Amino acid sequence: MPAAKRIIGVVWQAIRRWFDPSDLDSVGSTPDYRFSLANERTFLAWLRTGLALIAGGLAAAQFLPPLPLRHLREAIAVTLLLLGGTVAVRAVDHWSRTEQAIRLGRRLPASRFPAVLALIVAVGALLLVVAVLARGVSDR
Amino acid sequence: MSGLPADGTGGRDPGLQPERTRLAWRRTGLAYTVVAVLAVRLALTGDVAGALLAGATVLAWWATLVVGWGRATGRRQSRLDARAVPLVALGTAGLALLCVSLVLRGVW
Repeated sequence: MPAAKRIIGVVWQAIRRWFDPSDLDSVGSTPDYRFSLANERTFLAWLRTGLALIAGGLAAAQFLPPLPLRHLREAIAVTLLLLGGTVAVRAVDHWSRTEQAIRLGRRLPASRFPAVLALIVAVGALLLVVAVLARGVSDR
Repeated sequence: MSGLPADGTGGRDPGLQPERTRLAWRRTGLAYTVVAVLAVRLALTGDVAGALLAGATVLAWWATLVVGWGRATGRRQSRLDARAVPLVALGTAGLALLCVSLVLRGVW
């Protein structure tokens, strides 16, 4: 299974990059501390985005009334929770890759993730609008 | 004499970067607190497993606050300190998985 082996290798490399910033000290030069702080704040902003999604999932699980479709409430909650966890992991990966790029004086890593997340949130909101309207019609 | 710069900032970074970073950690700690309260509320169903999951949640919350405190008070030179940043993110992801198990526990 060379493919599986390669995936494991990539994941292992990423985890090493997250946890061993001292490894980074050997490459490039120490950047202006303000850039590192800005990078850290961006990471924290993404982490809060993830926390907000997790809070939404927890609120859906606890405060939504039972929905007409069986387990729909739980499905919504689990989706939000997993999305929040994904955002958190991606935040730390982007943080470490950006830190590395700053040290090496390379271009900052490009990412499709914000666009994907925005689309997912937009589609979710649209589905909720449809659900609310459908209920309003059926109640009448 | 090199002295202080004449821009009236007393030699501090005029962009207030450390202060902004400290406040960012504070905001994150507050958001984490909300999530921890909601998770503990979901976890406590009166059995041992629920108590353990609630305890794990409180532990993750406390660890995040401690790391944030360390980052915010400027002792950012130690190696352990920088390693704690990814731990906070992975702790958050772990908390999300813990919450998924809590929701699924309610289904069965």
